[in-house]
Amino acid sequence: MTSTPEDKQTSQSGTERWASLIGGGALVLLGLRQGSLRGALMALAGGGLVYHGATGQSGIQEAVDMNQGIRVEKTVTINKPADELYRYWHDFEKLPTFMKHLKSVQVYDAKRSHWIANAPLGTSVEWDADIVTDQENQLIAWASVAGADVDNSGFVRFTPAPGGRGTEVKVVLEYNPPGGAIGAAIAKLFGEEPEQQAGDDLRRFKQLMEAGEIATTEGQPSGRK
Amino acid sequence: MKAVCWHGAKDVRVDTVPDPKIINPRDAIVKITSTAICGSDLHLYDGFIPTMQSGDILGHEFMGEVVELGSAVKNVQVGDRVVVPFTISCGNCFFCKKDLWSLCDNSNPNAWMAEKLMGHSPAGLFGYSHMMGGYAGGQAEYARVPFADVGLFKIPDGLTDEQVLFLTDIFPTGYMAAENCNIQPGDIVAIWGCGPVGQFAIRSAYMLGAERVIAIDRVPERLQMAKAGKAEVINYEEVDPGEALKEMTGGRGPDACMDAVGMEAHGTGPDSFYDQVKQAVRLETDRPTALRQVIVACRKGGSVSIPGVYGGFLDKIPMGAAMNKALTFKSGQTHVHRYLRPLLERIQNGEIDPSFVVTHIMPMEQAPQGYEIFKHKKDNCIKVVLKP
Ligand SMILES: NC(=O)c1ccc[n+]([C@@H]2O[C@H](COP(=O)([O-])OP(=O)(O)OC[C@H]3O[C@@H](n4cnc5c(N)ncnc54)[C@H](O)[C@@H]3O)[C@@H](O)[C@H]2O)c1
Ligand SMILES: [Zn+2]
Ligand SMILES: [Zn+2]
Repeated sequence: MTSTPEDKQTSQSGTERWASLIGGGALVLLGLRQGSLRGALMALAGGGLVYHGATGQSGIQEAVDMNQGIRVEKTVTINKPADELYRYWHDFEKLPTFMKHLKSVQVYDAKRSHWIANAPLGTSVEWDADIVTDQENQLIAWASVAGADVDNSGFVRFTPAPGGRGTEVKVVLEYNPPGGAIGAAIAKLFGEEPEQQAGDDLRRFKQLMEAGEIATTEGQPSGRK
Repeated sequence: MKAVCWHGAKDVRVDTVPDPKIINPRDAIVKITSTAICGSDLHLYDGFIPTMQSGDILGHEFMGEVVELGSAVKNVQVGDRVVVPFTISCGNCFFCKKDLWSLCDNSNPNAWMAEKLMGHSPAGLFGYSHMMGGYAGGQAEYARVPFADVGLFKIPDGLTDEQVLFLTDIFPTGYMAAENCNIQPGDIVAIWGCGPVGQFAIRSAYMLGAERVIAIDRVPERLQMAKAGKAEVINYEEVDPGEALKEMTGGRGPDACMDAVGMEAHGTGPDSFYDQVKQAVRLETDRPTALRQVIVACRKGGSVSIPGVYGGFLDKIPMGAAMNKALTFKSGQTHVHRYLRPLLERIQNGEIDPSFVVTHIMPMEQAPQGYEIFKHKKDNCIKVVLKP
């Protein structure tokens, strides 16, 4: 299930793309063996030593699986300074305010947190995630650890926009749903218009930051029977 | 409460629906005293604006009394008499800060729909399709007003509803359309469409210094009202407006031309028959007869102002003329918030009494009839005000 034409490129050029997206330097470019976002993030964090997740025993098959993930990239410009946006985002427990599919996030410590997301038919999926990289006011990257219902990783980057236009906020996400029926259901959850879902999440973040509330019509009257 | 609901093309009904309630901290609830039917509502009525759903509450030109406030609204009080801009704007985004209120980034909950069609989403609008936010409109007894701290405009005592109601839309729309003509001393402005928007555009063009205004329509009482606003008039069914305009402007063409007609232009030539057929079978979203004439008639280097609403993709636009004559185009849903105070002042100064445009005041119960007579220009109808 691919979402951008770039996904069809070779894994090496995919890696370079992630690397340049995250804004890392030579470390990222050198440290990678596979084209996944997770690989790039691990490399950014210093070679993957800090991480003990599903990709721990790396192998050919896994590298292939990685590339079957759902990838999403979305950017929005928010009329607020980067530090303010970074601070709000970093408080992970608040993320469900604007990320609609999230049920809750519980922060354990400076590094680890527990995430619960709504899944189809009233069920939910859970995972622990670690902060992989944290650059104040610029970048937060995370990845799920071993035992996740859905292997996932991502980062959010805050870059000042030109001419006092606020901050460009870019989010890149990668999900690697497991196989089987549950996997298919989860793939459906994250996979139906993933770009739109991420775009709507980011838009709600922007509304919250700029307007102080999220525009909605839920609960308004109509003449529908 | 009672509200005017859309149930399909040419099917509006006064239904009983739940009362609106405060949803967000910046909301207010307004008890509506007057609410108008707009030419834009006719595009909904005729079924030409996509993403309407049966049961949607119509209306975007409304005023009344504040009856409830969200916790974050501090600058208005319960009991205040207010008008409500038809554009919903947050007041804080890049566009609102630049006074481009109808382009607000934060007021359309269904922005993704608009982005699919237009690349980017404009502001949410009251009662104007789900693509434009899906907000319940103001042809109702009550309405919820989001971002009420910037969206409600208090009206001083001593002015009737009919004098201030059109601050919500058509007066600012005519005024902004005249501003978009970039009027210079000596300029002649030609305005297609003598509906309510055209009427306010005529008067605004003179306020902004036009030497002469020429108005084009075919409906006698509308042409008559244009004349009362000191416009010279052309009945496009009697003479070809392009030729007539050339003769009336020393062969130069009008310095600025305005399309105050929009997507459902009526026409007499073969091109308009083509549009009717294509629009009927949905091969074309709009019938741009007036816009074509505007572009061809405009003098070289002139301004084209388009307050008329378009929905999608237009055929046979003379882009060659536009390019080679170096025309400047300006358009947009009106940045209503920008004009509230200055235009209220003009009303208070007695420069204009916007109630001149009202031909029909009816109880809201009669909304279906109001839509019919306004659409078909029956009974000399030019503007309908409904009383909930
Ligand atoms: N930009 C905005 O924010 C904004 C706000 C309000 C209304 N509008 C739009 O402005 C337009 C006019 O609104 P209105 O309330 O005056 O509507 P209206 O329907 O009452 O007026 C349109 C007028 O155009 C005339 N007309 C039709 N075809 C013509 C042609 N080929 N040449 C000349 N005249 C022609 C009609 O006879 C009618 O008098 C509509 O498209 C409406 O949606 C835009
Ligand atoms: Zn209107
Ligand atoms: Zn805004």
